[in-house]
Amino acid sequence: MAQVTLRAPLSELCGGRSHEIEGATVSDVLAALEHAHPSIAGWVLDEQGRIREHVNVFVNGTHGVAETQVGPDDRVQVLPAITGG
Amino acid sequence: MAELLVGTKKGLFRLEGDAGNGGFEVTARAFAGQSVEYAMRDPRSGRYLASVTSWFYGPKIWVTDDPAGEWQQAEGIALPEGEEQALERIWVIVPGEADGVLYAGGAPGPLFESRDGGVTWELNRPLWEHPTRSDWSPGAGGLCLHTIAPWPGDPQKLLVAISAVGVWLSDDGGETWRHSNTGIVPEYVPEDARDNPIQHCVHDVRRAPGRPERLFMQFHGGVYRSDDAGETWLDVGEGLPSDFGFPVVVDPADPDSAYVIPLIGAEDRTTPGGTVQVWETRDAGTSWTARGEGLPARDAYLTVLRESFDSHGEGDGLELYFGATSGEVFGSADAGANWAQIADHLPPVYSVRTA
Repeated sequence: MAQVTLRAPLSELCGGRSHEIEGATVSDVLAALEHAHPSIAGWVLDEQGRIREHVNVFVNGTHGVAETQVGPDDRVQVLPAITGG
Repeated sequence: MAELLVGTKKGLFRLEGDAGNGGFEVTARAFAGQSVEYAMRDPRSGRYLASVTSWFYGPKIWVTDDPAGEWQQAEGIALPEGEEQALERIWVIVPGEADGVLYAGGAPGPLFESRDGGVTWELNRPLWEHPTRSDWSPGAGGLCLHTIAPWPGDPQKLLVAISAVGVWLSDDGGETWRHSNTGIVPEYVPEDARDNPIQHCVHDVRRAPGRPERLFMQFHGGVYRSDDAGETWLDVGEGLPSDFGFPVVVDPADPDSAYVIPLIGAEDRTTPGGTVQVWETRDAGTSWTARGEGLPARDAYLTVLRESFDSHGEGDGLELYFGATSGEVFGSADAGANWAQIADHLPPVYSVRTA
């Protein structure tokens, strides 16, 4: 299973920074994370299942998109983008 | 002691103080760094509700009994799965007439209803799935459902307004909807294109509680009045320095009394001539009088957004409060005759509501 790392406030909503999650793609992993922790429903993925515009996902340190492949030993980091105003 | 809930670009601020002497202070802040489009206190339950849009994690409604304490995320604030669009933000939250009922409006045009005081919400499907929806167009602020005006004592009657679509009326508690923009002139489209009944950039509508069929509207260009529950509209903006603006407020004690804050529009959207003035009518819009004593009189180019003007009380003791995107909040304890600045240096103000 992939090792998913979160930052606050997502880590607080999920009860910790690190989570073992199974999924073949970034989209699958995030959906499985949401399923395991319904408290983040709507936070990382919108109601249509799309990664929110200002959330970045990295797989083994490389920026990923919904379709990026994820292996069982991969590291998936979910971070807020460097945006705002 | 007055309590104000000020939604800003950088969180929610509760201000408490005495409108008579202008001595207000910040007594609570929540959602630091996040946009709080709107916050209100339900007078029936005492519960606070806030619409918060995280730049990163999307729009939510939060509820609490103590704005300085923990907030609980409400459930059901989302559009139906399997559609193209996602919820962008919640613009307004309004108590309904039935026990425990609240309504929330947002972008891209949804109306939500809660029957448990704001803890859980459900999309109003008849309006969301209205056959005309594919023809709805957004205004500069998006396709926002920003006005919800229940009818005092009758939970079946409801008025909502969407920019840039127009006014919608329901007589059956939201089961069916019909648009109602007769008399409103959208001067921003060519004359030969004004027949379209759903292209109206309504900015705000307030109902006179003592005479519910009386409504005042601030339009994108024009101030209107309805005497027939929103079925038809009459332009009453003559005499104002500009017929552009965002919010409108009514005096609950007098259905002929209303207040607007004109802005030079639509390209500028600042107070005319660098002078901040609230304009008052006491004769249902036949005439308007400037009320600016104590407000900035020169070099003040403020923008006051649609949810940033509210009142408390009525008659001669009517308290009025408004905030600007430049971070000031002003208040009057005498129906607009005299004003004082009650907060400065806040983040851009998105909404002001009395609690």
